[in-house]
Amino acid sequence: MSKVIKIKKGLNISMLGAAEKIIKKADQAEFYAVKPTDFQGIRPKMVVKVGDKVKAGTPLFYDKFQPEVQFTAPVSGEVTAINRGERRAILEVVVKADTNIEYENFNTGDPNNLTKEQIVETLQKSGLWPSIRQRPYSTIANPNDDPKAIFISAFDSAPLAPDMDYIVKDCVSCFQKGIDILSKLTSGKIHLNINNDYPAAETFTKAKGVEINKFTGPHPSGNVGVQINKIDPINKGDIVWYTYPQEIIAIGRLFENGIYDATKIIALAGSEIKTPKYFKILNGACIKNIASNNVNDGELRYIGGNVLTGSKISKDGYVGYYDNQITVIPEGKYYEFFGWALPGFKKHSASRAVFSWLIPGRKYKLDTNYHGGNRAYVMTGEYEKVFPMDIYPVQLIKSILVEDIDKMEQLGIYEVDEEDFALCEYVCTSKTEVQTIIRTGLDLMRKEMS
Amino acid sequence: MKSLRRYIDKLKPHFEKGGKFAKLESTFEAFESFLFVSNKVTNKGTHIRDANDMKRTMIVVVLALVPTVLFGMWNAGFQHYLATGQEGTMLEMFWIGFLKIFPIIVVSYVVGLGIEFAFAQYRGHEVNEGFLVSGMLIPLVLPVDVPLWMVAVATAFAVVIGKEVFGGTGMNILNPALTARAFLFFAYPSYMSGNSVWTHGMMSGEGIIDSFSGATPLAEAAAGNISNLPSVAEMFIGTIPGSIGETSTLAILIGAAILIITGIGSARIMISTVIGGLVMGILLNLFAVNPFMEIPAWEHLLLGGFAFGAVFMATDPVSAAQTARGKIIYGFLIGFMAILIRVINPAYPEGVMLAILLMNVFAPLIDHYVIESNIKRRLKRAKVNA
Repeated sequence: MSKVIKIKKGLNISMLGAAEKIIKKADQAEFYAVKPTDFQGIRPKMVVKVGDKVKAGTPLFYDKFQPEVQFTAPVSGEVTAINRGERRAILEVVVKADTNIEYENFNTGDPNNLTKEQIVETLQKSGLWPSIRQRPYSTIANPNDDPKAIFISAFDSAPLAPDMDYIVKDCVSCFQKGIDILSKLTSGKIHLNINNDYPAAETFTKAKGVEINKFTGPHPSGNVGVQINKIDPINKGDIVWYTYPQEIIAIGRLFENGIYDATKIIALAGSEIKTPKYFKILNGACIKNIASNNVNDGELRYIGGNVLTGSKISKDGYVGYYDNQITVIPEGKYYEFFGWALPGFKKHSASRAVFSWLIPGRKYKLDTNYHGGNRAYVMTGEYEKVFPMDIYPVQLIKSILVEDIDKMEQLGIYEVDEEDFALCEYVCTSKTEVQTIIRTGLDLMRKEMS
Repeated sequence: MKSLRRYIDKLKPHFEKGGKFAKLESTFEAFESFLFVSNKVTNKGTHIRDANDMKRTMIVVVLALVPTVLFGMWNAGFQHYLATGQEGTMLEMFWIGFLKIFPIIVVSYVVGLGIEFAFAQYRGHEVNEGFLVSGMLIPLVLPVDVPLWMVAVATAFAVVIGKEVFGGTGMNILNPALTARAFLFFAYPSYMSGNSVWTHGMMSGEGIIDSFSGATPLAEAAAGNISNLPSVAEMFIGTIPGSIGETSTLAILIGAAILIITGIGSARIMISTVIGGLVMGILLNLFAVNPFMEIPAWEHLLLGGFAFGAVFMATDPVSAAQTARGKIIYGFLIGFMAILIRVINPAYPEGVMLAILLMNVFAPLIDHYVIESNIKRRLKRAKVNA
């Protein structure tokens, strides 16, 4: 049996409002959207305009740099809005859904007889190609590369994350089909990384054509970046692809049925959700009908994704392309009298300077307050306690701040992504915006290398 | 609370850009955030933030210093009564010490924070809390009778030359509190060393009984008068002459426990400093040619400023090494050098301050080599795979 990889450094933030294991089929939402901002480093070029009729699988826009990569509608209906933000950047392409969804048909055929090119073409046309991404840089994979391996993280260790094993339990054959497709895309191995702390779903354990690796330990053990670092680290020039179980199932379904079926299961979680549970939705759905009657009063933060790496959305925002959860927590716009001096039994901290560590096992209701002001780096050794890779996080950050390309490369920028630094950002006493800095570094590096 | 909050909200516009007192914006922000933790919320990146911040971190260090401050005040009185041959109650002794030491603390804070506020405003930053600790450390490493103007000059020197010229808290190379002490040590040596400076009233000489020497145990040891050394218990509890905060190893250990339990002080540095000191002590024992070199290695840990330096000075995260392995090397060398300078060098009675300042300078170099080994490891991995 495969060996167990133990992650020692990290932090589990135990929060209130984990989703109960009930899957509810959500009513069809009125609106669906695809958000170009979900995809790292693309420049969207519109194919449709407001008023156009589309089917599920019809391209809405493509990437200027990789025109073959299409981004398609998850439902059939009418394009009702193209929302733009600063400097006219496209933020959302909104489709008003038909009651009965019509699908574009894709010729698939038996995967065993397909070439890599045929598979890539089908994936690109259907809009599922973006579900395969690459490291370094976390951009959409380039089909011309031959990745040295494909990594699949089959568990999510982030706060309030959905239980992947639960989500995929009924999709054994689709998952296997997806894996078969992926195996045509690489000459290297496919690593399927499962959590050793509980018995994984048979969907994963019975999968063929993959190497199963077991991980144990606190968050970020479920981050694919950490897993790559422990199994087969990225060196300069290496390319590794990665994807996630629900995306693989969607790929399997595409080759099974010949349509882009955007069904996925997400967890609706967080302390401000009255009855947190799982919902079966179509990707890109507006969260209004699953969230609006299910939240507590007060000013709330809706997050597409988890509290560490997710993006802020509005209360009638849309589920992001890669999101497996929607988290709702209270906003923290309050002043706290001598807040820095209070014992803080109800506040979470990685440090024992806040005395909630005296009450073990507590689940926290955490809000978006900053709990302090931005400072220069003073404390040392904080990041290292929650950063399990063989990389010096602070030194890498400093090399990015001074834009020293050589040092960034030497210190391991190819191996990391923003999400790997999310815990560093959380624990930072100086309240540095670490993930933003890492993204800047990655973008700088990508520009330099292209 | 609410009325206070309302009052602050009313004042706030005056201190913001365009307001009457916009030049005091940083100062206002410092006081406001002292009273109320800001209502600022996360915008990008993580949506939640750890409840610990710089203020809390610094306050924990100040709390860890409180035992040494209180003991230092009492001991100042105790030594004074000893020197004058009087009897006094514990409270009387504490009161004498309080009257001497409290003004030093006030001067150090007022001067230091004043400069910090000015620089923060000049740079358009929020005021950094770093000086809350430095401001307490400076008095603790000075003799009790140091003139207040010297405290002011030294603090100003330490904050401006030691810290602000490098960009402020977090950017400094040398430990600010030790910079202040080193400044006084070299600028006004007669106030910083000798036998008469450590006891209140001895400099003026009035009413001091003849049998009281005022010499620190370290001075006795350096002179070879090993028989005059106080008992181990006295040195551990700290009823001996010395700088205000350094005498009581017991009080320092309480502080060390607070720092280690909260995880704010680096246990790695503290332990490796002690080990470094012990190793040098044992080496000196092995090659002993005079009574000072024969002092058991572990007794060195109780003498002079060793414990205080190891717990509160060497662990300053900004001036120490930053990598885990670097911290061990850094601490070890501090302990090692401190005892070496203390015993072998005839010019300076104590080596801890100089050892820490020296290693402060070398900390970036130590880190450089530690990081370089990480880089080499990565390059090697790439070559093996290629």
